[in-house]
Amino acid sequence: MKVTETIPEETIKIDASGIYYRELNARLRELAQNGARKIELHNVYGQRYIGTNLNRPVEVTIFGTPGNDLGAFMEGPRITVYGNAQDGCGNTMNDGEIIIHGHAGDVIGLSARGGKIFVRDSVGYRAGIHMKEYQDKKPILVIGGTAQDFLGEYMAGGTLVLLGLNREGHHKAKFVGTGMHGGVIYLRGNIESYQLGKEVGVAELGEADRELLARLVGEFAAHFGYNADEILKHKFIKLFPLSLRPYGRIYAH
Amino acid sequence: MKTYLPPKFLVERDQDKCIKCEVCVNQCSFDNHYYDAEDDEMKTRTEGCVGCHRCVTFCPTGALTVRRNPLEYRDNYNWRPEYIEDIIKQAETGGVLLTGMGNDKGQRIYWDHLVLNASQVTNPSIDPLREPMELTTYLGRKPDRVELDTDLNLQTELAPQVKLEVPVMFAAMSYGAVSLNVHESLARAATEAGTLWNTGEGGLHPKLYKYGNNTIVQVASGRFGVHPEYLEVARVVEIKIGQGAKPGIGGHLPGEKVSAEVSATRMIPQGTDALSPAPQHDIYSIEDLAQLVYALKEATHYTKPVSVKIAAVHNSAAIASGMVRAGADIIVLDGLRGATGAAPKVIRDNVGIPIELALASVDTRLRQEGIRNRASIVVSGGIRNSGDVAKAIALGADAVYIGTAALIALGCRLCQQCHTGKCAWGICTTDLFLSKRVNPDIGARRLANLLRGWSLELKDMLGGMGINALESLRGNRLHLRGVGLTETELKILGVKMAGE
Repeated sequence: MKVTETIPEETIKIDASGIYYRELNARLRELAQNGARKIELHNVYGQRYIGTNLNRPVEVTIFGTPGNDLGAFMEGPRITVYGNAQDGCGNTMNDGEIIIHGHAGDVIGLSARGGKIFVRDSVGYRAGIHMKEYQDKKPILVIGGTAQDFLGEYMAGGTLVLLGLNREGHHKAKFVGTGMHGGVIYLRGNIESYQLGKEVGVAELGEADRELLARLVGEFAAHFGYNADEILKHKFIKLFPLSLRPYGRIYAH
Repeated sequence: MKTYLPPKFLVERDQDKCIKCEVCVNQCSFDNHYYDAEDDEMKTRTEGCVGCHRCVTFCPTGALTVRRNPLEYRDNYNWRPEYIEDIIKQAETGGVLLTGMGNDKGQRIYWDHLVLNASQVTNPSIDPLREPMELTTYLGRKPDRVELDTDLNLQTELAPQVKLEVPVMFAAMSYGAVSLNVHESLARAATEAGTLWNTGEGGLHPKLYKYGNNTIVQVASGRFGVHPEYLEVARVVEIKIGQGAKPGIGGHLPGEKVSAEVSATRMIPQGTDALSPAPQHDIYSIEDLAQLVYALKEATHYTKPVSVKIAAVHNSAAIASGMVRAGADIIVLDGLRGATGAAPKVIRDNVGIPIELALASVDTRLRQEGIRNRASIVVSGGIRNSGDVAKAIALGADAVYIGTAALIALGCRLCQQCHTGKCAWGICTTDLFLSKRVNPDIGARRLANLLRGWSLELKDMLGGMGINALESLRGNRLHLRGVGLTETELKILGVKMAGE
């Protein structure tokens, strides 16, 4: 995007209380189109689709609880949430960044093809399901706490990191990586094989894995004020797809 | 394992006519014809023939004939050859039987039991050759009421509308299932005819962005190739929940069909399977559907209608009501005979309901609930000619999609080998050698010709009924009568028995 001197560098503040989502998003879009670079939203109470149609690298900081589909189909913005996100955060996201200082709900990062999502605490069911990648587009989802069942289901690309910083012992999520046929999941701690989809393999981290993980955990720690080295001291395992074509052999022609 | 499967067809060659030009060898993508140098003769391995007629059509001397293999089984109404051969195939492979195109079974085709009216004596028919006749159709949500100010200016804010010159659109067929040349043929024909074509769920090649104003883009469970620009260039965005050929299940585009270009358009690595999950995992309820409908409206700034497509199933009417209330501007019902590039045969042939019944019950239900105006209804799945179109409109459809009919216009002979990726007509394949067989200049011409022919016929039928606009036929079931239908069937269709 072409940056000219007339672009307001100061942060634009909006009190979102009582504003319907459609109106709020229309205002955000207008501001972004007029060149706003930084927008702060205060008193956000469940407004949906924030960041969906901005399509440019604007920084949106949210205080409160954004509604479902935060950053759905998003291309470009960087959204920081001081609060919890709801379901569908980063749905089919193409590019941009979402940083959540709190928890997030179900299906976070569904079908994301690019961009980064960092969640300080835990997420709900079906996180990172059907994330995919293409050339330089590789979505990244880093979860500080725990995830529920079906983490990384149908995963076709990208990188998913589950740190489990708020728990001791094994992860509890089941059906992890069911139908996985691309991408990689790094898990801090351990998981029983019955908790994994049958399309998933388990491996030790290689050199390239450790480099990538160190970079992602470094970013995570920088966002939320953790010590990356402390997090990385712990044992990690790598979950990967056993086949790029898990269902190639079930058909008769 | 030796196969016990008998050949389906016999290929006969008139050696007197054969000039050994080897056109048949080049045209057969199933490698059935070959030149035997020792005998200096063209020969055929008949067991591999799928009955696509490519060699017959292109043989310059008409030397080839394809006939059904006359192999007779002992008569058995229960154990028909198809079921015997299916079992043989599964005994040899242990797999799910895969097939292409639409249901070919004998469930009742209601179009054939419906007849149209015409004017005689008491009201004059109209000659469309001499008088204006309108097929114009607007798709999109219509307001509950229209308010005008004292100068008769429209005060009501209208939802986005799409104008069609002919109420026939090209159904969703994804790039990857069909070739790029097929997509280009459809896009150009739709543009020329003033209608829409549908990308299916495999994304839109950037080369075709220029036809965006006549393009419906699909957002399906795989979300392949869905990004802001894709949504931006489209005229309509369609959420695909289900498909008539395979209600309730997803799709697996095999890695072999994910070529470099397909990979670029779907935005997945080359050679990997493209898995479309059975459900969309952000839609487990009508409320969730509303959420995606409005996510797409937000993403496109409320400038485009959002369509939702489902397969016609038992509770379609109640589901359709939910879809309309979820904000769908267009609802698409794909019936039992809807086709596919690949589906399990058992699902294609046994799951779903006939489109005629689904359409009638959905239209009736939405009228009863007073919300019929809030969404346009589009139907697909087995529309074979303009007669079917007219009957669909009279039953309550705003427009129809044609998929199989469009492919037949491009050369398809319904050999049902779409899932093999070897289509000899170059339609349902991403093989670069084969897909050149559809020339977009000629393909677009053939498709536009078909639409022109159907338009002329529709006008003829309307004129015969004494009406001069398709709008007057829409949902006007008094123009239909049933033949050979039971009372329940007539009741669901909302039509009277012929003679009544």
